[in-house]
Amino acid sequence: MTLDTTTDEILQLAAQHFKVPRAQLRPDDDFFKKLGINSLQVLDLLTRIEQHFHIELPDYELQGVTDFRTLAERIQSRL
Amino acid sequence: MLDLRKYNSLGEALRAALETWPGEVCLIEADRDRETARYTYRQFKEAALPLARALQDAGFHEGSRAAIIMTNQSKWLISAYAIFFCGGVLVPLDYKLTADEELKLLKHSNAEFLIVEHHLWRAITKAAEFSDLSVRVVLVTEAPAGADLAGAKRWEEFRDAREPVFVARQRKDPACIVYSSGTGGRPKGCVLTHENYLEQCIALTSLYPFWPGVRYLSILPTNHAIDFMVGFIGPFTCGAAVVHLRTLRPEYIRDAFTRYRITYMTVVPMILKSLERGLRQRFDELSRPRRRMLNSLIAVNRTLTRRRPNPQLSRTLLRQVHAAFGGELRALFVGGAFTEPATLQFFYDLGIPVGNGYGCTEAGTTITLNDFKPFRADTVGKPLPGMQIKIVNPGSDGVGEVAVSGTTIMSHYLDDPEMTAETIVDGWLMTGDLGRLDNAGHLQLFGRKKNMIVTEEGKNIYPEDIENTFEGLPVKEFCVFAANYLWPARTMTGEQLLLVLRPDSAQPVADGLAVKIADRNRLLLHYKRISGYVVWDHDFPRTASMKIKRTELAAQIRERLTRDAVVPL
Repeated sequence: MTLDTTTDEILQLAAQHFKVPRAQLRPDDDFFKKLGINSLQVLDLLTRIEQHFHIELPDYELQGVTDFRTLAERIQSRL
Repeated sequence: MLDLRKYNSLGEALRAALETWPGEVCLIEADRDRETARYTYRQFKEAALPLARALQDAGFHEGSRAAIIMTNQSKWLISAYAIFFCGGVLVPLDYKLTADEELKLLKHSNAEFLIVEHHLWRAITKAAEFSDLSVRVVLVTEAPAGADLAGAKRWEEFRDAREPVFVARQRKDPACIVYSSGTGGRPKGCVLTHENYLEQCIALTSLYPFWPGVRYLSILPTNHAIDFMVGFIGPFTCGAAVVHLRTLRPEYIRDAFTRYRITYMTVVPMILKSLERGLRQRFDELSRPRRRMLNSLIAVNRTLTRRRPNPQLSRTLLRQVHAAFGGELRALFVGGAFTEPATLQFFYDLGIPVGNGYGCTEAGTTITLNDFKPFRADTVGKPLPGMQIKIVNPGSDGVGEVAVSGTTIMSHYLDDPEMTAETIVDGWLMTGDLGRLDNAGHLQLFGRKKNMIVTEEGKNIYPEDIENTFEGLPVKEFCVFAANYLWPARTMTGEQLLLVLRPDSAQPVADGLAVKIADRNRLLLHYKRISGYVVWDHDFPRTASMKIKRTELAAQIRERLTRDAVVPL
């Protein structure tokens, strides 16, 4: 799986989870700002992502991550 | 519980606790739904003393400073006890800071020893300023086999079976240096004494006692003053147990309640609201008749607990709600930021009292706390026993700056007598918060006098700490302010930071400036970001040493501009 595919799947999951049109989300978007969510809601999304990719990511891996692309890189490194 | 008046130091009190309840469980560590460690008081002692001895072998002595940078886990508390046993001063640092920020505070604190989780250490070793690290001994926890530790030692192997020497300390000696801010600007290292902590613990446990069998769920960072007190010192000196959860995922927090039959937990408003949302969602999914039944039971509970909480009655009336919280929850505590009264009332009506409090690190954690006699959603409670509050320069409505005195007020700011003198005036800690005491002696808060914000995650953000991020913008000068400092508002929620820009006369506000600001803003952690900017067409007032006169500048802006001048990002 390439980084682009992973990023795309994460955007799809975020769109479903937060009920926003997929077309509105871009890899470089700041998800806190774009989705108007807090750090707990990001953890909710992370759980969804873990289930999808069958991986486990400690909470601390999200520290300092604010955009989908960097999130995808963290996921990709565990695939 | 121990009579803490008899002890001179945290080390002495904790040592007595370990001898008093050897067979009781004191600490459980869980990662998601997996239990990863469990200690009785005896086992905790057996884990900590070899570490204490190894520290002494490495030159740790009375007054040595040791920093801890770790997420909530058992090794945090074991390490802290070993440090106190050796008569050391603990420097608990926030594990959520950037590596550069950690290095800055390590340097300022003069810590000789550092105990740090491997992933955090890895980030520190990659920081630009790493070569400046002056810590003598670094212990790294949970490092994978074969990992390059950059000169550090493995915590798990750093032990010596010989008996360590207990080092006594006096009540007025420093116990901890806790940074309340200053990662980007002027570090505020609050020096808190053993007396500060012992007296705070006496006051808090007089209102909310712990006892053997009580289980406290610790999810706030242990470096935070609240968790250090109610998720470590309080339970341990009463023979109770702390449950560390190494994740903040809401589903695992819910799971921990039932798995460990939790008695107390402290949260920040953001987590409390998340719990509220989850409950409301479940209520909305009920069939109409069941929802009507639930509403009736809530109304009955509200009526019958109006004067004081009645846990047994509430558990009987609202059995399923309480079962979801493990069935033994007595209270939640909320602190770190302002909580909306409607949320507090929601939980109280369900028979889950939320002890809403107010405090700051400088005051040794808690200043006021609700005692439920009766429950009040509109205040932050009454001063803790031994704590005095006065309202300085009150207006006609009684609102003025909250000043506090008592035995829990910090000794001073580390290496900063000037800031100490500005903050502690004639023995009174000036909090910078605006409030009023009502006729029942409850404190109500109405906003801030000081230039800072507190997020619903309980993070205190000082503008000076983030200004560096905007260095190099194509403007003549700039400054960051809390919006409510520029234009005072009687609210403590939804606080925002703003950038004030003075354009260069030769280069007026350029196209693309907003993009440049946004790019830099993204370099900050999400809760530290500015939400907009203001263009200001006058030179900033400055001191002879060219420091911005922030108070004067804010007054000028307040006089000439309104909030409408803010350009949102």
